[in-house]
Amino acid sequence: MSNALPPDLIRLVVSLAVVVGFAFANAAVLVLVERKVCGHIQRRPGPFEVGPHGLLQTAIDGLKLMGKQILVPDNADTKLFRLAPILSFVPPIAALIVVPFAKVLQVRDLDIGVLFILSLAAVNVLAILVAGWSSANKYSLFGAIRAVAQNVAYEIPLLLSLLVVVMWVGSFRMSDIVAAQDGFWFVFTPMGFVAFLIYFVTGLAETNRAPFDLPEAESELTAGFHTEYAGMGFGLFFLGEYTNMLLMAAIATTCFLGGWNGPWFLAVSGTGVVATLIQLCWFLVKVYGIILVMVWIRWTFPRVRFDQLLNFCWKVLIPISMANLVATAVVAKLVPLG
Amino acid sequence: MNFTFDPALSPYIYFADLAFVGFAAVALFGGVVAVGARRLIHAVLGLVTSLVGVAGLYVYLGTHFIAAMQILIYVGAVSISITFAVMLARPPSEAEKDPRLAPGKLVAGATVALFSAAVLGAVVLGYPWEAEPTRVEGTIFQVGEGLLTRYAFVFELISLVLLVAIVGSVVLARRGRGRHPTGGE
Repeated sequence: MSNALPPDLIRLVVSLAVVVGFAFANAAVLVLVERKVCGHIQRRPGPFEVGPHGLLQTAIDGLKLMGKQILVPDNADTKLFRLAPILSFVPPIAALIVVPFAKVLQVRDLDIGVLFILSLAAVNVLAILVAGWSSANKYSLFGAIRAVAQNVAYEIPLLLSLLVVVMWVGSFRMSDIVAAQDGFWFVFTPMGFVAFLIYFVTGLAETNRAPFDLPEAESELTAGFHTEYAGMGFGLFFLGEYTNMLLMAAIATTCFLGGWNGPWFLAVSGTGVVATLIQLCWFLVKVYGIILVMVWIRWTFPRVRFDQLLNFCWKVLIPISMANLVATAVVAKLVPLG
Repeated sequence: MNFTFDPALSPYIYFADLAFVGFAAVALFGGVVAVGARRLIHAVLGLVTSLVGVAGLYVYLGTHFIAAMQILIYVGAVSISITFAVMLARPPSEAEKDPRLAPGKLVAGATVALFSAAVLGAVVLGYPWEAEPTRVEGTIFQVGEGLLTRYAFVFELISLVLLVAIVGSVVLARRGRGRHPTGGE
């Protein structure tokens, strides 16, 4: 066997390592960003003691979490209790492999790109359920039940809003979706704009972010499904949560904001090193712009009540997204966009 | 078998074989857990494991779309609803927690198992398995085209069955509401 290590395999392993590293770095930075933005919104400096301007706070927090003992409650179902954090952070990281960070920076361009991400995102609910159930704690169980009701309901408008884009492009492939938005982003069409708004709201709910953070509502359920987790178990849940935010923002960028395309007068579509770097910059600027808005919303709006949450989804979001989908179908039939 | 392999791809074939064995093992392990678990929620998670293993087999066969659907629908929706039902149901009584192994149950179970094994075994052994002459494409386009042309009637029939199921569950839920006006026990 002359070539025991085919180049494609090496590429796969290297890119997986890069993706995992990126997910960890993203979570570390976002925790700090969240605390800093939160602090400034509430007119205080946020973490300020460790390092210049508190920049090393997350690193130290990570070390602290790793040093802590992993406690398992007496009545807990030990195996499931340990399995849940892993279930919560592996799928979002795996989903990152179809995200096109630039024209050539994509690990695998699957023909089911969007579906692949959504099917992996569905596993997240299972992780929350397992965590809440195995903790043998009523707060955790309530958190889990809320998470299921919320996620199952909000998955419907999420899928419908993405279907608008898929119907327009005629493909689930991420690179086709980006290519279709060359100089013409879907968010600037009427249907695309409505779908983007719906996607953004449901994305907030799917990632359990305030004002939809009922599964972990601190003031009602202490911390909901991860009440009993200490040390890195808790850390992995946070890693999963921030990776999910990244993923949600990455899908929004790819499907509605033109992916790695810059604005039409600054578009670079080459595959060289410089072009790739420019595309990567555009992609990350859009992704972190969306994430900043999510953080901003979290510290601005109060939490909704659970009945409001479900009514809003079933009575407002789903009808609007259905109507939007029908409108898209009609327009796409009348105006072939190619 | 008329396949001609690029010799440079040979390592991949070992990986693929390994993956097949792995996925099959996951599916079987999940099935055993689902049947043998003491606690209902473990059984549900065993079912999930088994379904993920089957999704892996679909990936092995190159039908990514069906694999994604398997995960999205069975893991993401069906098993979540089962878990939800388990959570909302009353906790099992002591007798239900530790069901006795009656000889009648054993005979019935063994009969069903043997019958299924005989039928499936006869089919597997009796069918002349041949490699497809061309690469089979399980792409989203073919699935979609099939559903809207050749299998349109079956497709509509399935949606009718699902509609009946939904209406039935609504009727059952409403009747339950009438019997317990307070909504509780």
